[in-house]
Amino acid sequence: MNLYKNLNKSTQKLITTIGVIVLLYIVMSVMESTGNLSSLMKGLLVPVCAYSLVAVGLNLCVGYLGELSLGHAGFMCVGAFTSAFFSRATQETIPDVPRFILALVIGTAMAALFGFLIAIPVLRLRGDYLAIVTLAFGEIIKNVINVMYIGKDSKGIHFSIKDQLSLGMDLDGKMLINGPQGITGTPRQSTFTIAVVLLVLALIVTHNFVNSRTGRAVKAIRDNQIAAETVGLPVTKYKLIAFTISAAIAGVGGVLYAHNINSLTATTNNFGYNMSIMILVYVVLGGIGNFSGSVISAVILTMLPELLRGLSTYRMLIYSIVLIVLMLFNWAPALLKWRDDHGLTTAAILGKFKKKEVQ
Amino acid sequence: MSLLEVTNLGISFGGLRAVDEFNLSIEQGELYGLIGPNGAGKTTVFNMLTGIYKPTDGKIFLDGKDVTGKKTADINKAGVARTFQNIRLFGDQSVLDNVKIGLHNSFEYGTATGIFRLPKFFATEKEMDKKALEILSVFGLDSSADILASNLPYGKQRELEIARALATNPKLLLLDEPAAGMNPNETRDLMNTIALIRKEFGVTILLIEHDMKLVSGICEKLTVLNFGRVLAQGKTSDVLNDPEVIKAYLGE
Amino acid sequence: MGFLTYLINGLSLGSVYAIIALGYTMVYGIAKMLNFAHGDVIMIGAYVVFMCMANSGMPAVVSIVISIVCCTALGMIIEKIAYKPLRKATNLAVLITAIGVSYFLQNMALMLFGSNPVSFTSVINWQGISLAGGSLKITGNAIITIITCVVIMIVLMWFVKNTKPGQAMRAVSEDKEAAILMGINVNATISLTFAIGSGLAAIAGALLCSSYPSLTPYTGSMPGIKAFTAAVFGGIGSIPGALIGGLLLGIIEILAKAYISSQLADAIVFAVLIIVLLVKPTGILGKQIKEKV
Repeated sequence: MNLYKNLNKSTQKLITTIGVIVLLYIVMSVMESTGNLSSLMKGLLVPVCAYSLVAVGLNLCVGYLGELSLGHAGFMCVGAFTSAFFSRATQETIPDVPRFILALVIGTAMAALFGFLIAIPVLRLRGDYLAIVTLAFGEIIKNVINVMYIGKDSKGIHFSIKDQLSLGMDLDGKMLINGPQGITGTPRQSTFTIAVVLLVLALIVTHNFVNSRTGRAVKAIRDNQIAAETVGLPVTKYKLIAFTISAAIAGVGGVLYAHNINSLTATTNNFGYNMSIMILVYVVLGGIGNFSGSVISAVILTMLPELLRGLSTYRMLIYSIVLIVLMLFNWAPALLKWRDDHGLTTAAILGKFKKKEVQ
Repeated sequence: MSLLEVTNLGISFGGLRAVDEFNLSIEQGELYGLIGPNGAGKTTVFNMLTGIYKPTDGKIFLDGKDVTGKKTADINKAGVARTFQNIRLFGDQSVLDNVKIGLHNSFEYGTATGIFRLPKFFATEKEMDKKALEILSVFGLDSSADILASNLPYGKQRELEIARALATNPKLLLLDEPAAGMNPNETRDLMNTIALIRKEFGVTILLIEHDMKLVSGICEKLTVLNFGRVLAQGKTSDVLNDPEVIKAYLGE
Repeated sequence: MGFLTYLINGLSLGSVYAIIALGYTMVYGIAKMLNFAHGDVIMIGAYVVFMCMANSGMPAVVSIVISIVCCTALGMIIEKIAYKPLRKATNLAVLITAIGVSYFLQNMALMLFGSNPVSFTSVINWQGISLAGGSLKITGNAIITIITCVVIMIVLMWFVKNTKPGQAMRAVSEDKEAAILMGINVNATISLTFAIGSGLAAIAGALLCSSYPSLTPYTGSMPGIKAFTAAVFGGIGSIPGALIGGLLLGIIEILAKAYISSQLADAIVFAVLIIVLLVKPTGILGKQIKEKV
């Protein structure tokens, strides 16, 4: 216990979060094996982890880089499609376990590569412009995937952006990516255990990153870019690193997502603008810059409407209201005054804690 | 050879000539003052010296090396650090981390080392903490190391900004109105601090200041800027007695 | 003749983008915020017109007037409730709120009108004209849309230049602090800007759905983003810029659909946005803004 107390606050928080996740994992696994888990909940276990991963990735971008990306669903999409494509293409040639590991590496690396390539031009922009350009990139990724037709037969790989017929495949050929129908028949290898392990790893990586020399530099750039330059920080380099890691984590979420479903398609709801917004809601509700918070809100917001069936029609409406109300709650002068009067501002709450410590 | 040699520096914003034919030569170890009425172009000169603005004309040499038009970060690596008139701290980070960010380029370990917490991470962080606390103690800020920078009182924030600048190990330190918003007592403390850091860190200082007591008290040489041009230059006592300078300050 | 037809269709679509882009560009110029919800106000406007015409049998002109009134009110309410309290908040907070409002409008519409597309009856009852012996047909929709756009541009430029509220708008966009010192009511001016932009959105909604009659709660979001692209393209804050950007973007989109790929047309439009922002972030007619150090 003493060892725990000696750690700094953020490390303590990380350990607590991991502890809670492991506890939940055990509870869920026991419930699953004793048949106490509804099929609906069972089906949500992996997606929740996938969304949490994307939210953690986005939070790195919003909370530490200080820039809003509306294209993280696009990175998730890249991770999902590249890994699923690999798994499908090598289904007969590579055994299950190494294939999934390779798929994970490829999906993550490709998402990171896309993040890196997109970040080079995008990070020259700031604020609203950066948000809209990331949104544009996300939409482009989605659109391009929807016109891709790739098939494989005895002669090799065929590619077209027109339709299935123009591939000119032999009869023994199989479709790997079939335009808007996407990828079907991806092996369903994302287990709850793998998902939880990856989520915990992502939390450790992000925590270590933001509390390292590079992470400090990233935060400095966020707080004051001009001052950061005058103390000699290579601003572009560190922005690129942070954005690339952020995209890579979203890619891991994509890999999990893709290997949990039979038919993978790129629509607005799963990889487009709507998904980016949903993830943003997780980040904002969980607290910008708070990785554990992102996971908590992803879990609650995914599970809650499914548990209370009546809520699911209002889900999106509630999300939008959550976004508006939280921003007003944190920034509107009238509400801030009200919070001050009732001891609800961060400053006031911190004040209370400090007083306790003194006693 | 002088540490800083500026020749014919000039910059235009649109049609406006903000600074014109600015010349300046600062010797190693000097404490130099840049004064002038509001809007004379003093901060613009600082912004050109640190690469935030690219000068339209002229050259800047640091230690004989041409740094004209270089990137801000590279100019800092070449040995120029500064503070800002409107304080620019990393407000959401601790006092200690602000200085550690200043130490960023003096201590190296890679991003992966940080993420995977390799032994080098712990060793380097420990050294950085030690060095940062050492710098903070000069300003009596070591006891506030864990406080958020934005929660420091105003005067302490100015000192932290100087500490952060010193952490980058500069040859030339630019201070933009270090005494702004300070009461006479604080200003007196600041004068002592400036003298102290000059001795401790062996740094050459160029400062912009309106407080004449501070300027005449510590600056050895002065340049007076008026409407973007040099009005007078030389030893502090000579410059302050120059009738042109008195006219510019008091009006006709 | 195919090319000419595409060009005219492009001009017509571009005119709609230009009208929407006005809403973005004026709000961005004055309140320095990206009003993400602007596209969804268009959708609400189109639904109002649809309800008036199809359900209540009102004439097109009356329906549009009602829609303009509704959207103007909606725009002002949004500004008052969601944006005004955030004047001093960070960019990020304002942007997230705007996204929230956009999402709110979409989902409100989804609950009120359902997700099935409704078939919008054109507000323009004119077949159009046929040129070159019938080989070049120009629809009434296209002609009226283009004319409406040009008229709106001229009136708006006159308004901004010659009226007191218009001059106040220019002053606030130039320098908010100075405008306050000059006794200009900044809040009223911002509110007026939202009102005008939202009123125009109602017109844009009616025109857009007259040419593309399938109306759903998501109808506004893509044209909204594209119109923002147009506003950036032309130079954010500039009224003639919105016109030029809108027309160019409309033409690019229609030509891309015709000659490259209809599925990739959106991707091409977004690629244009990215290229413009990277090569010339200030747009064709925009001004450079620099951070004060």
